[in-house]
Amino acid sequence: MNPSMIITRGLTKRFGRITAVDGVELNVRPGDRYGLLGPNGSGKTTVVRMLLGLVFATSGEIELLGRSVPRHTTDVLPQVGALVEGPAAYGHLPGRANLALLDAAGPAPPGGRSRRARRRRIEAALERVGLGGVDNRPVKAYSLGMRQRLGLAAALLGEPRLLVLDEPTNGLDPQGIREVRELLEELNAAGTTVFLCSHLLAEVEQFCTRVGMMDRGRLVLEDDLAELRAPTGRIMINSPDAERAVALLDGRVEARDGQRLLVRGEAGEDPATLNARLVEAGLRVSEIHIERRTLEQVMLEVTGPGSDRIDGPFGRGGDLPEVLDSRRGGGSGGRSGGSGGDGRAAP
Amino acid sequence: MMRIELVKLLRRPRTWIAIALLCGLPALVAAFLAITKVGPQPGEGPTFLSAVLSNGSLYPAAALAMVLPLFLPVSVAVVGGDSVAGEASAGMLRYLLLRPVGRTRMLVAKLVTLVVFVLIAVVSVALTSYAVGVTAFGTEPADALVGSDVVTSVSGTGLSPSQVALRIVYTVLYIAVSMLGVGAIAIFLSTVTDSSLGAALGALAFLVTSQVLVALDAAASVRPYLPTRYWLAWIDFFRAPILWHDIQRGLGIQAVYVAVFLAAAWANFATRDVTS
Repeated sequence: MNPSMIITRGLTKRFGRITAVDGVELNVRPGDRYGLLGPNGSGKTTVVRMLLGLVFATSGEIELLGRSVPRHTTDVLPQVGALVEGPAAYGHLPGRANLALLDAAGPAPPGGRSRRARRRRIEAALERVGLGGVDNRPVKAYSLGMRQRLGLAAALLGEPRLLVLDEPTNGLDPQGIREVRELLEELNAAGTTVFLCSHLLAEVEQFCTRVGMMDRGRLVLEDDLAELRAPTGRIMINSPDAERAVALLDGRVEARDGQRLLVRGEAGEDPATLNARLVEAGLRVSEIHIERRTLEQVMLEVTGPGSDRIDGPFGRGGDLPEVLDSRRGGGSGGRSGGSGGDGRAAP
Repeated sequence: MMRIELVKLLRRPRTWIAIALLCGLPALVAAFLAITKVGPQPGEGPTFLSAVLSNGSLYPAAALAMVLPLFLPVSVAVVGGDSVAGEASAGMLRYLLLRPVGRTRMLVAKLVTLVVFVLIAVVSVALTSYAVGVTAFGTEPADALVGSDVVTSVSGTGLSPSQVALRIVYTVLYIAVSMLGVGAIAIFLSTVTDSSLGAALGALAFLVTSQVLVALDAAASVRPYLPTRYWLAWIDFFRAPILWHDIQRGLGIQAVYVAVFLAAAWANFATRDVTS
């Protein structure tokens, strides 16, 4: 068994003068559900492309399933399923024909090349992603969600040990997102390592056990989700008798929003004992729980705004002059106006 | 990979439309000639056209002469330009490379596909124009004085029907090879850009430049090295005896162009970042 599914050391990629990825050190272990988060343009997709040997690193090392990439790319890729920057297919062919072409390309997959083995693989993959009953219409007539499912089916064709998925739920409705999550959970339980790349916090929060965060080409954080979502040491109380609760807890209330109170916890105190105290005093409590940091808070702390935000010369927050001069309000300025800490929230 | 590329080529409507257009032009010309009986004077107009009015079995040669200067190379440039760039713009390039398909193997498969396309196209033109020619003009001897069953060669002596057939086969092969230079340039450009239209236009620009320089006396010094210089050398197949000198030079030049541009395509594609 390999010690790691993905390891990168000092992974760097420059496109001309722009450094897209800067010294990234990833470590994805077997069986992980790893989520790589980051604002748009933070370099996630470039990292994925380098892992898969599509883009060549300027410097640094990559090990995929214990083999060095790009030197041994062709040896490891048969065990990797991937969805990179959206699904793709030949629009004039039906979904099955597309999968058949992909299945026949490359080295012989496990199960062999016989017509029956081939059909079984394709039908199994389509069944898994919920396209088992799809008819013979060409892919250009597919909906966005169907294309996404077809892309997933292509990634699952070779029963890979590692799945590298870039925005796998793009274009799916809530029902579809949940189906994909359940599918990934099932595959992960059967031993497949899942490396997920997303800017959707909820998706990562619900599925992943380990999280990496990228910001402007750097990996700024890599940790277990449970660690990141550690309790803040405060307890949230929702009570119709908030006034009296404030009086009772005397100075421990750090914030109040109507009926909701944030109470600084004391050593050895959990919501149960605090609840007992409040009820003893005759207060009604409709909700009480430990406050945890959300992934959103963590993300906003460690990352800046995405590179798709380009502020004009007047900066953010709209101190616009009363008369907008179209000649002066053009797209100059670059990202300098919006960078720095103004996207941060207090913990 | 090879099989897949061929399946893709043959299942593509565009392939058959291109071939239908290629075969349609000689048929159209034949229709006009058959109805009006107004042929160009010997020495004027497209090669061989004056001869076919009396003998249709030479019509494949005339048909190939019609599609060779522009129609055929344009379709080769389009197919070649689409080879890698088309996959890139469809987003399939990355998924094929991830199967994984080696980059060198993909390039070889694309080249073989292009050769197959050229052969299908040239053979289709030859076969349909033979059928059209015989239907429209019959197979009467070109000159009653020379005797039956004989076609007058460019040199003025007679060619028997089997000789004509053999020489048309030679012609088909020579023209197919002649297209490879343009095809290699198109494939090279196709690895440089993600736009198949751009790659095809680039190859056509090269082709047109070459055609113009071939016709320009001031450019006589570079003329022997231009890819289109010996394109019409296949006419020498219809001389008696066959004049091999230009034909050999033509094959040699195509081989050089193919080698140089395929090497460039390989060097570029094997080290390129695939960001499509």
